[in-house]
Amino acid sequence: MDILQILLSDSFWAASLRIATPLIFGVLGALLCEKSGVLNLGIEGIFVAGAMAGWLAVWAGAGLWGGVLVAALAGGFFGLIHAILTVPLGLSQHVSGLGVTLFATSSSYFIYRTALPNVSSPPRIEPFRALDIPVLSDLPFVGPVLFQQTAMTWLALGMVALVWYVLERSSLGVALKAVGDNPDSVDAQGLSVYGLRIGAVVAGSALMALGGAFLTMSAFDAFFFGMVNGRGWISIALVIFASWRPGKALLGALLFGAFDAFQVRLQTTDVGALVPGQIFLMAPYILSIIALVIVARKADYPRALLTPWFKGQR
Amino acid sequence: MIRIEPRNAPPRLMTVGIPVLSAVVALALAAIPLAFAGAPIAPAYVEMFRGVFGSMFAFSEMLTRATPLIFTGLAAALAFRARLWNIGAEGQLYLGAMAAVAIGTGVLDIPGIFLLPTIIIFGAAAGAAGMAVPALLKTRFGADEVVTTLLLNFVILIFLQMMLEGPLKDPMGLGWPQSAPILDQGMFPTLITRMRVHSGLILALVVAAIAQFMLARSVWGFRLRAVGENAAAARHAGIGVNRSLFSVAIISGGLAGLAGVSEVAGLKGYLTADISPGFGYTGIVVAMLAGLSPAGVVLAALFIASVFVGADSMSRAMGVSSYLADLVVSMSLLCVLIGGFVARYRISFGEPAKGAS
Repeated sequence: MDILQILLSDSFWAASLRIATPLIFGVLGALLCEKSGVLNLGIEGIFVAGAMAGWLAVWAGAGLWGGVLVAALAGGFFGLIHAILTVPLGLSQHVSGLGVTLFATSSSYFIYRTALPNVSSPPRIEPFRALDIPVLSDLPFVGPVLFQQTAMTWLALGMVALVWYVLERSSLGVALKAVGDNPDSVDAQGLSVYGLRIGAVVAGSALMALGGAFLTMSAFDAFFFGMVNGRGWISIALVIFASWRPGKALLGALLFGAFDAFQVRLQTTDVGALVPGQIFLMAPYILSIIALVIVARKADYPRALLTPWFKGQR
Repeated sequence: MIRIEPRNAPPRLMTVGIPVLSAVVALALAAIPLAFAGAPIAPAYVEMFRGVFGSMFAFSEMLTRATPLIFTGLAAALAFRARLWNIGAEGQLYLGAMAAVAIGTGVLDIPGIFLLPTIIIFGAAAGAAGMAVPALLKTRFGADEVVTTLLLNFVILIFLQMMLEGPLKDPMGLGWPQSAPILDQGMFPTLITRMRVHSGLILALVVAAIAQFMLARSVWGFRLRAVGENAAAARHAGIGVNRSLFSVAIISGGLAGLAGVSEVAGLKGYLTADISPGFGYTGIVVAMLAGLSPAGVVLAALFIASVFVGADSMSRAMGVSSYLADLVVSMSLLCVLIGGFVARYRISFGEPAKGAS
């Protein structure tokens, strides 16, 4: 298989969108938090919590959409911890976020191990199936790429539209962006800086958790330790790359997914066989770093990012 | 009327008391997951205590666990003092460990007595090089070091697998991805016969003492603290901020590298891809519990090591998941953060004091 064949195959484009899906959730969630002025390094642990909680709920019989809801609630819970520590208490967003990542990861692992003490191989659930829409799913190329994805991929695309609409077209979005740029102005209008920031962090964290849930309920059918594997951190890098814009965030996640799908296929070619497999495995992380370096100076940071705000102090 | 007012400086008792209280609260909170797991709570705590202080062997195991945590705790504490967020100690630890086995398995013809010092120097240099990259990306291109160091951890772990399946692979290893053993002369001597605690601990204590002195008394330490407290003011005062950041980055990375050196050349003797159960990340908790003071790092590392060793022993005895230890460690980080808030503010009753904002 040569490179052109890879790029023209529908399976490559379908895989790109599939790989991008958890990142779309992650990037949107991180974007929402950061737009309000709060960096959420809890993301990696919130991915784990969403993956575990969603899977466990389905395993216990909650149904797939019940699992999605449980994952979102778990994400919102850990997001609320981060929000309380960083917004009204104004503590270090870096340290609180890392603390939430450690807390969410260890409690998820502990709960999984306690709920399933004696399993040698992880038990499986019946995950989301590929959509089967009459006519559309059978279309050549477009069918497999877009209409044979799972419902969670479509949920992710819907969330892009929703977050875009809220940020760019609603008055809530105006307030949210203002609270991340100039919280004093929001306070002067009589709106609650704390309320807006806490709300954004909780909602953003729920989105991140859906990225984790996609892994255990759509991409795979079981929960593994270490399965999140840096996807949260990659999302944080992609937000900077996307300059905090939902549309660009989608583009960044898709580019990333396409690159990852491409490198997997490249390994099977004659060219790819010359390079050790680990080089390909490293590529996504190195690519994220390079993307970060390219945009770092130009990035349009929310001006109040990382800066706590206290009522009555100017 | 109840008001929350900032203090000018936290009282001295609080700077010591808050971390101790946070540790105690986090340990007490472990009762919740213990109850969730259906374990009898009081006997579980007794078992944890015995797992650390019950025998000379148990105590030696705790000191062995504390050794890498002192190094990674120092790595985080110094960097965080300058507000350089080195979250990459996990990767730098493995770089140090790789350098240690590369030198220690006898590629260079070094006289026996010089082998261990050479291993230490190369291991520290490898860790330092690992942190030099994100530090340069920060000072030259403005790339956020939080994200770059976190992502580099993954790159380094994959690189480690590549090395263990390639150049560093033990030809006698029966196909396992592990390195050849370090020569006997390259190993840290053990401190007590038939116990695992080794002289890497002495090195850790000496390094902590040097770090404490340098941070508190040297010009370098003064600059570092100035950059951490207010980079703009430090620059205005003529301090080379980037130079200061780069120097602390190198030292922080080197310290993390030493954690890897002491694990392979003190404990394991050879390198596998799982020598660190997250020592790099746990080092951040150690540093925060220590209030970013090098002397405090030693005490915090002893506490965190006790939690790990005690919980391990308890979980074997009572069938509770050993992830309980990670849970306590993460809760102690969140508790000490909240404690820091309590220390910086006071709750007062009545009308606002004169001059309050």
